[in-house]
Amino acid sequence: MVASPRSFSLRYMQDRSHSSHSNEVAIEFIAASYATAESGTLVSDLNLKIRGGETMILLGRSGAGKSTTLKLINRMLDPTCGQVRVLGKPTVDWEPTELRRRIGYVIQEIGLFPHWTVARNIETVPRLLGWERQRIATRTNELLQAVGMPAQEFRNRYPHELSGGQRQRVGLARALAADPPILIMDEPFGALDPLTRAEVQYEFRRLQEKLRKTAVIVTHDLVEALTLGDRIAVVEEGKIIGDYSREEFLYAADRVSPAYLDSLRAAEPLLRRLREQPGA
Amino acid sequence: MLEFMWSHRAEIATLTLEHFWLVAISIALATTLGLPLGALIHRNVFLKQPILGASNLVQTIPSLALFGLLLPLAWLGERADRLAIVALTLYALLPIIRNTYEGLSGVEPSVTQAARGMGMSDREVLWQVELPLAMPFILAGIRVATVISIGTATIAAAIGAGGLGELIFRGLAMVDNRVILAGAVPAALLALAADGAFGMIERMVRVPRANT
Repeated sequence: MVASPRSFSLRYMQDRSHSSHSNEVAIEFIAASYATAESGTLVSDLNLKIRGGETMILLGRSGAGKSTTLKLINRMLDPTCGQVRVLGKPTVDWEPTELRRRIGYVIQEIGLFPHWTVARNIETVPRLLGWERQRIATRTNELLQAVGMPAQEFRNRYPHELSGGQRQRVGLARALAADPPILIMDEPFGALDPLTRAEVQYEFRRLQEKLRKTAVIVTHDLVEALTLGDRIAVVEEGKIIGDYSREEFLYAADRVSPAYLDSLRAAEPLLRRLREQPGA
Repeated sequence: MLEFMWSHRAEIATLTLEHFWLVAISIALATTLGLPLGALIHRNVFLKQPILGASNLVQTIPSLALFGLLLPLAWLGERADRLAIVALTLYALLPIIRNTYEGLSGVEPSVTQAARGMGMSDREVLWQVELPLAMPFILAGIRVATVISIGTATIAAAIGAGGLGELIFRGLAMVDNRVILAGAVPAALLALAADGAFGMIERMVRVPRANT
């Protein structure tokens, strides 16, 4: 692991019981389905194991059931069939609030509380958990530092005073605040412009290299999937049609993955044509 | 005119105070009832129509008629001010319930989703997130209800509940504009003062622009 100039700020950030790559299964879907009367079956017969410290990408098109899958993890939804086990227990045996306080949650819209300052936003879960004031304050400063936003400058600002990238960094810091073993992210960088997205992705990857959270990230962006993921599960019509390592994904032969790779390759001929025939 | 008011200052002061208390108690009651009702219909949408409908219905009853209708009721008929407070409370309910509901419904869904996703209980979401964000709307509802109540409370004098309406009704009976104005002007000033006071509170609790 490359030492980062900011690594000093991370000294309290590692929770050893969860940090290192372990072979323990942190999240497991066992024949899990989710259906509603209005929308029909959104997720069907899902089987997936996510190990501690692993970053799992759920890749698929809009409406494929990725967000639903994510919500089954933190009990925003309960499976209508089968089981989802998180940290050794079926989700339905968890008190929802207790489970959710152990799972950092980042959504595309971020959902920062507009009436609270940046610091107060980040303190949400530690306060719910009843941490001491001093511990909360230290932690907040650390986290702001870790996402590249100096505490002095930013802690007392309100969300509307931040740029999109800064807001998403705060969203990330807020999700990490109570050092949850698991992080779930629903298109976390989807609303950012490409340059800001790349920056925040880099920031996240750097953090994740240190923290080694069990992370599940929903995206439809292949570059993001290949940049951030250890493994990539391809979701289509509520089913997982493939579960690959990054390297395996390049040779995946399911009915969706080749198309994803083609879409990535499509850029190259375009660039070549522009280079070879300027003005054409 | 001013001379007349000055010579009757003691009576005007007493009646203004009476008027103030009629309205203050009614608004306090209406808020204690209306706020939970607004939160209730926000959580249970199927209750929205019946509850908003009922409070809407009350609004359509002319105030003089409502005072009269409540008069035969045992506990209420006993004391005129008690009856007036109940009637004023009923009138004040609609703006408070409706604005509480609107305010809570206006909270960005992503914000409540994030709140629940981070492990806030329903109660914590309501108190820490939804109510503070809805507060400007709720206060606006209370403000409207108060200003209307100050006007409506003058009619309570017709059933002997006191307040500045006494002077207005007496002036009408005596065909003496000075007496009418001695009741109407302080009532108007009271309404303006309440409006101003709520305006100040609203500015104090204003939420930083909600566009996350």
